[in-house]
Amino acid sequence: MANDPIIKAEHLTFCYPDEPAGHPPVLDDISLEIEAGSFVAILGHNGSGKSTFAKHINALLTPTAGKLWVDGLDTGDPENLLNIRGKVGMVFQNPDNQIVASVVEEDVAFGPENLGVPPAEIRQRVDQALKMVGMYDLREHSPHLLSGGQKQRVAIAGIIAMMPRCIVLDEATAMLDPVGRRETVETIRTLNEQYGITVLLITHHMDEAAQAQRLIVMAGGHIIDDGPPAQVFQHVDTLRSAGLAVPETVALLYALKQEGFDVPLDAISDEACAQVLADLLKKPPHLGGE
Amino acid sequence: MALKDITLGQYFPGNSLLHRFDPRSKILFTVLFIAAIFLCKGLVSYGITLLILLMMIGISKVQPRVFLKGMKPVVFIVVCTAILNLFYTSGTVLWSWGILKITEEGIWKAGFMVLRILMLIACTLLLTYTTSPILLTDGLEKLLRPLKKLNFPVHELSMMMSIALRFIPTLIQETDKIISAQKARGADFDSGNLIQKAKALIPILIPLFISSFRRAEELAIAMECRCYHGDEGRTSLRQLRYAGRDYGLIVFSIALCAGIVVLRVVFGL
Repeated sequence: MANDPIIKAEHLTFCYPDEPAGHPPVLDDISLEIEAGSFVAILGHNGSGKSTFAKHINALLTPTAGKLWVDGLDTGDPENLLNIRGKVGMVFQNPDNQIVASVVEEDVAFGPENLGVPPAEIRQRVDQALKMVGMYDLREHSPHLLSGGQKQRVAIAGIIAMMPRCIVLDEATAMLDPVGRRETVETIRTLNEQYGITVLLITHHMDEAAQAQRLIVMAGGHIIDDGPPAQVFQHVDTLRSAGLAVPETVALLYALKQEGFDVPLDAISDEACAQVLADLLKKPPHLGGE
Repeated sequence: MALKDITLGQYFPGNSLLHRFDPRSKILFTVLFIAAIFLCKGLVSYGITLLILLMMIGISKVQPRVFLKGMKPVVFIVVCTAILNLFYTSGTVLWSWGILKITEEGIWKAGFMVLRILMLIACTLLLTYTTSPILLTDGLEKLLRPLKKLNFPVHELSMMMSIALRFIPTLIQETDKIISAQKARGADFDSGNLIQKAKALIPILIPLFISSFRRAEELAIAMECRCYHGDEGRTSLRQLRYAGRDYGLIVFSIALCAGIVVLRVVFGL
């Protein structure tokens, strides 16, 4: 995909203004480009700067030094604020605290209403967005009666109805149970694959990050690794130094490799890993390493 | 504490004629009807308003006992008003015992006051029972829009109202959780005198306040992210439109008010 970058950061640095001088910046000289239409995961431990970075994309925070462009618009310019927020939607951690209205479809309509979309078109967008996340049947429900995963899907629909080019999910699955997490991740994958919306998934869950096309690992305000998940997961030591656990499959293969077995580290899914192990068992052990 | 049982907005979904009226015309009707109740003076005018109210309740298809239930909280006020009016109105004495005396005028006055209070409650209940809270806030916003010229924050108020309605169930769920958590830590909410009971509420209220502030902050950020910037250039999913019946209702309300005024001024009824 040789698309234009939808997000482009150049030497992006950010310090909270009320912190004492000499305190290390939360984001330190970050430069990166994210292609339109891609599915990127940003992985990092608490305090790695990943959420701070996410808040920059929506111009909730503006760089202390350096620049960030969203679809060619400079986030530092207050004139661009509404324009940028119309292009980048954001889904937050707590589903309860981002739902505004007391009826599902009203909440989905909130964004388009703010953008001044004509009523007939709002109706159309709301219906379409609710169908895309599979919540159309519950459109007249009250949000407080929904499960966590359903609420988060409503929040996503509220963003889709604004027709953004990019969706940022800031730890959007952190408060959900496993079922809710799966629902949410599946929903955003569909959005990315079928509708070409750029997805930026900020998470500390390895299994979610593994589903992305590209994985950016952050620690201490720096980018310490960047590449396809299969490649990034091979750098087990780098990940562990950032306080991140690799997926269990990779951890197992890594341990086997340390013992001298000739196994690849890029078998992330359970099935691929099982296949590698089966192949290994079929081979006579002496012919494997030496 | 069965906090979950609290129904707010007390809206009863339905499809009666009253449900289908535009919220603005219903609000206007309620306001004018309340004015009419206050203008009533005698048996005839009270009779007319009561008849109309009972008719409206019939049209709404909401069970009459629901209205009776809704009036329960004011029983105390009604009884007090009745007693005060009964004993403290001067006029032809019918019965007396010591300083207590009941007059003919007192009986009439007490009866009218009780009727007035009950009708006031019933007609506001009629509005909230047949109009969903969202439509109600929408309608209020549209009706009060002229006040914007006087810098009255109409949109902000209706936004606050709808957010409050949205968060009441969430906060109730949270209160339930906090109560359970404090009980699990040995808190006792049920024994002791009034002051002790009030003090026992502090460990519930403080966590609730702190989390509400956090919610407010997060909600504000989420709203900003969704391009909320006040009502400038804002459209609405739901469009309110007056239909023929709405004009009918408004004309009817005005006519009712005028009729009651004529009865009062010209005929003294």
